[in-house]
Amino acid sequence: MTISIDPQDSNTKSLQPKGWLRYFSFSLDHKVIGIQYLICGFLFYLIGGTLASAIRIELASPMSDFMPRDVYNQVLTLHGTIMIFLWIVPVVNGAFGNYLIPFYVGARDMAFPRLNAVAFWLIPPSGLMLVASYFVEGAAQAGWTAYPPLSITTPQSGQIIWIMSVLLLGGSSIFGGINFIATIIKLRRPGLKLMQLPMYCWAMLGTSLLVVLSTPVLAGTLILLSFDIVAHTGFFNPVLGGNVVVYQHLFWFYSHPAVYIMVLPAFGLVSEILPVHSRKPLFGYTTMVFSIMGIVVLGLVVWAHHMFTSGTPPWMRLFFTIATAFIAVPTGIKFFNWVATLWGGKISINSAMLFSCGFIINFVFGGITGVALAQVPFDIHVHDTYFVVAHFHYIVYGGTVFIIFSSIYHWFPKVTGKLMREKLGILHFAITFIGFNLCFAPQHWLGLNGMPRRVAEYDPQFQFVNQISSLGALLMAISTIPFLVNIFLSIKNGKDSGDNPWNALTPEWLTSSPPPVENWEGEAPLVEEPYGYGKPISQEN
Amino acid sequence: MLNKNFYLILIISAVFGISFWIGFNVNLLPAEASINAPIYDELFKILFIIGLIIFIGMTIAVIYSLFKFRKRKDQYGDGIALEGNLTLEIVWTIIPSIIVLIIGLYSYNIYDRMGGMKELNHSHEMMTSNTEKIWAGISQVSNNEVASNNLSVEVSAMQFAFLFNYPKGEFISGELHVPVDRKVSMKMESKDVIHAFWVPEFRIKQDIIPGQPTILNFTPTKVGKYPIICAELCGPYHGGMRASIIVEEESDYKDWFNKNTKTEVSL
Repeated sequence: MTISIDPQDSNTKSLQPKGWLRYFSFSLDHKVIGIQYLICGFLFYLIGGTLASAIRIELASPMSDFMPRDVYNQVLTLHGTIMIFLWIVPVVNGAFGNYLIPFYVGARDMAFPRLNAVAFWLIPPSGLMLVASYFVEGAAQAGWTAYPPLSITTPQSGQIIWIMSVLLLGGSSIFGGINFIATIIKLRRPGLKLMQLPMYCWAMLGTSLLVVLSTPVLAGTLILLSFDIVAHTGFFNPVLGGNVVVYQHLFWFYSHPAVYIMVLPAFGLVSEILPVHSRKPLFGYTTMVFSIMGIVVLGLVVWAHHMFTSGTPPWMRLFFTIATAFIAVPTGIKFFNWVATLWGGKISINSAMLFSCGFIINFVFGGITGVALAQVPFDIHVHDTYFVVAHFHYIVYGGTVFIIFSSIYHWFPKVTGKLMREKLGILHFAITFIGFNLCFAPQHWLGLNGMPRRVAEYDPQFQFVNQISSLGALLMAISTIPFLVNIFLSIKNGKDSGDNPWNALTPEWLTSSPPPVENWEGEAPLVEEPYGYGKPISQEN
Repeated sequence: MLNKNFYLILIISAVFGISFWIGFNVNLLPAEASINAPIYDELFKILFIIGLIIFIGMTIAVIYSLFKFRKRKDQYGDGIALEGNLTLEIVWTIIPSIIVLIIGLYSYNIYDRMGGMKELNHSHEMMTSNTEKIWAGISQVSNNEVASNNLSVEVSAMQFAFLFNYPKGEFISGELHVPVDRKVSMKMESKDVIHAFWVPEFRIKQDIIPGQPTILNFTPTKVGKYPIICAELCGPYHGGMRASIIVEEESDYKDWFNKNTKTEVSL
């Protein structure tokens, strides 16, 4: 099939502003939309990070003395919601997916450029609405999980705005998912086979399937919850005969796959970065593809492990224990393959590589605590404690956010045609890695020894360890400075990178940097071996 | 080649050695004060050691690769064009599968020993009046035990307190007093939102759900005072929703019980 371009598109494009202004326009160019996702996501990351700092300041002392208790609950709710729905999901899917997928399949744009723009432009208003809800009657304060009846009994306007906002963001996510599936399946360049696609395409295909299958369930659940709040129906309200545990099942049916929506794209991105900087083919391509699909299937049937203390029957606990623990197998395969990719390479130790290796180490740690948490008897003690908080931050921060930074260092020359400064990048990595581990490793101990999550006050015996954790959070906040300085310095007067500074073989590097509006001057190249390092195809470059 | 294998074996045994040493010598858990606790700690120790072996092993592999295979200044070109190895893939699919399976079976065994798979004993007087389906936490009560020997307590949770009703004494207490080495059966219900009953020293936790009673049974083994912590976000004062469980000798417990029953002191 060929790539058709709507003549109207070309007309609109000529009216588009040029230069940096195009990032503030209603562009249909997948590259512009990708960068819009990234910048928008990063701004929300700064907001979410500020909220996280507020949480760590409050927890530096055992008393609730930094902010009022209900504000603390609003802060933790907003922190979770912003980081998940406005930073990680949009950036790791929307930003990199939009920028890279059309290159990888050899297309000039996404399958549905307008839907793509709609998906992005749903995010800023719903994000602003969410943040602004603080000024109405107080933001939502039932946690990002919004368990009823708490979410029904807390101040309503904040909760309703939260629901509206998450519904819009979920809609954006579904639009994006449909677009990625259509692009990967239907828009491939003639001659390009599925098993020749770069791994990130497979990761995005799997992720998008999860998005399309599970996000509508969340939408339905939240609509029912909003009925309970505004129309006083009784779906989840026990006073009216509703069942609160049903909400938990429906919520986690989306929100556990959401974990894979956050980490699978990161698995894809790291599979692109490691081969380039270690000058070796990706180890075990076929098993990597099957392990992604294995994670997708298993990821759909493990949700009740979030509910081991909710009062579930023993058989259900056992089933979800086994299913959850088995996700470690395909995930483990991927990690062994990445280490095997490094093995015997000629590794350039740069910022992108360091963040990717930091990801491997952090994620292995988070994965191990994950297998432990899957075991019912283990989970019952630590459920809803700081052990769980530590575990999922190892997955989403130590895992996905590390890969987001790694990807920014890796693809910055692609987008701007300039190199980032390595010394600042390595400084950024060092502070982030130390700060992150200092912040979250001690929290495992806190959880095991009796500190529940989502508390503004705690037993004074935990003060010292909490202060270490807060110190780590301070380092994480500081680590943003060298990163931002690096970005601005590199955009302003970074060294010229040339078209392909890493001598990479994946298709996005086979055009100019930054790429032309329709990606290639002529026909899209046919890349049959995106990881052909060490082969004649690589020597030619 | 022999030399290389020798170093490999040396490193692997060092990783195992260190992991076992840490697993057996570093205690990350609070005191053990119920029948559940030592069983839990046994599982924890096993998972901790396996986890350490994998984590230390993977970290060494990554750092070693970064160091050993780093690109030297005079080096150009690519590494070896190694695209995969079926034997290796099979090995690192099967070995983790076996480990996960063994952990799963072992934790099933632990869960069973904690009483999680046992039929709950529904014959206490406080439960016969209830016809609704009751959901259970981990049970310590087996069928052949005499139900009347259990101490029955009804727990109600509300924003932001626990109340403990002793049906036999017809009084309500804000502290949970229990005799040591006797099984306690609690029927818990929430008056408003979801709460959770957690005693870290007992390694037990169960959500307390509005409109849906839950049961939690445990046997304390050590005299002392332990915190009862609400572990489910329940509102602004969630962090302050705590109570105490006081485990005391049978005679002390009887004194306390009689004192409260006679004067009918509530709270």
